[in-house]
Amino acid sequence: MPDTHEDDIALRVRAIESLLIEKGLVQPAALAAIVETYETKIGPHNGAQVVARAWTDPAFKARLLSDATAAIAEMGFSGVQGEDMVVVENTPAVHNMVVCTLCSCYPWPTLGLPPNWYKSAPYRARAVIDPRGVLNEFGVDLPPDKEVRVWDSNAELRYLVLPERPPGTEGMDAAALAALVTRDAMIGTGTVAAGQGAAQ
Amino acid sequence: MNGVHDLGGMHGMGPINPEPQEPMFHEAWERTVFGLFMTTFAGGHFNVDEFRHAIERMDPAHYLQSPYYAHWLHAMESLLVERSALTRQEIDGRMAQLAEAA
Repeated sequence: MPDTHEDDIALRVRAIESLLIEKGLVQPAALAAIVETYETKIGPHNGAQVVARAWTDPAFKARLLSDATAAIAEMGFSGVQGEDMVVVENTPAVHNMVVCTLCSCYPWPTLGLPPNWYKSAPYRARAVIDPRGVLNEFGVDLPPDKEVRVWDSNAELRYLVLPERPPGTEGMDAAALAALVTRDAMIGTGTVAAGQGAAQ
Repeated sequence: MNGVHDLGGMHGMGPINPEPQEPMFHEAWERTVFGLFMTTFAGGHFNVDEFRHAIERMDPAHYLQSPYYAHWLHAMESLLVERSALTRQEIDGRMAQLAEAA
């Protein structure tokens, strides 16, 4: 290789795709179905439902914090890149934030595929050495006495942040709450506000 | 492996610049690479650790300069060639054919 020009990369991809199809190693229909599933069904709206349920169902929240993989499986959000899940809870004293310094590990069944910035060198480099600076770049300004915990994901273990439920949402049901929960709040580069939303 | 992919704590990488309303794939080829990865992975051609290791074996300068899904393409191609599912000659030949037809 190495191709750096986008057109050369695209040509290489077409060549490999056509060869794999010709050899019967890839079925075009299966490929299309998988991609479409990630484009339409799997995304942060799944994680938002987990968060909203944890906010409204204390027994579920307890299960989620003690065995996240099983609790999330109850809601049907299991599968590739979500085999072993840990949920970390934000509190008035602690803010959690997730990174994958080595590559791009991310909880696909609950958040979908990661955004480019999560996989980029700047975020991976700085999240662990300057988390407050990174949070400022995302518009999150934490009080100095709030502890920041950064969790480095790996191929076996994926983290999901349980954000703090915002004040002023006491009367809202799980569906209305889920609409407030953003992707970034579940990565820990955002927080949830009563007027905002929503996870795509 | 202690390589360039081990970015935690490194200085000088610049601002993060999150993209608002980011599409899932920025180029059509990225979408294809994702689909090819999922189907060849499901087909048992490699496991996740082999895949990640194949990314970590990339030339360091190429790793830092190339888009994310180019890492996937590189790893998938390396593993498929190493396991004889494809050959370099086939890939080069097909690329030349496609370029000619364009």
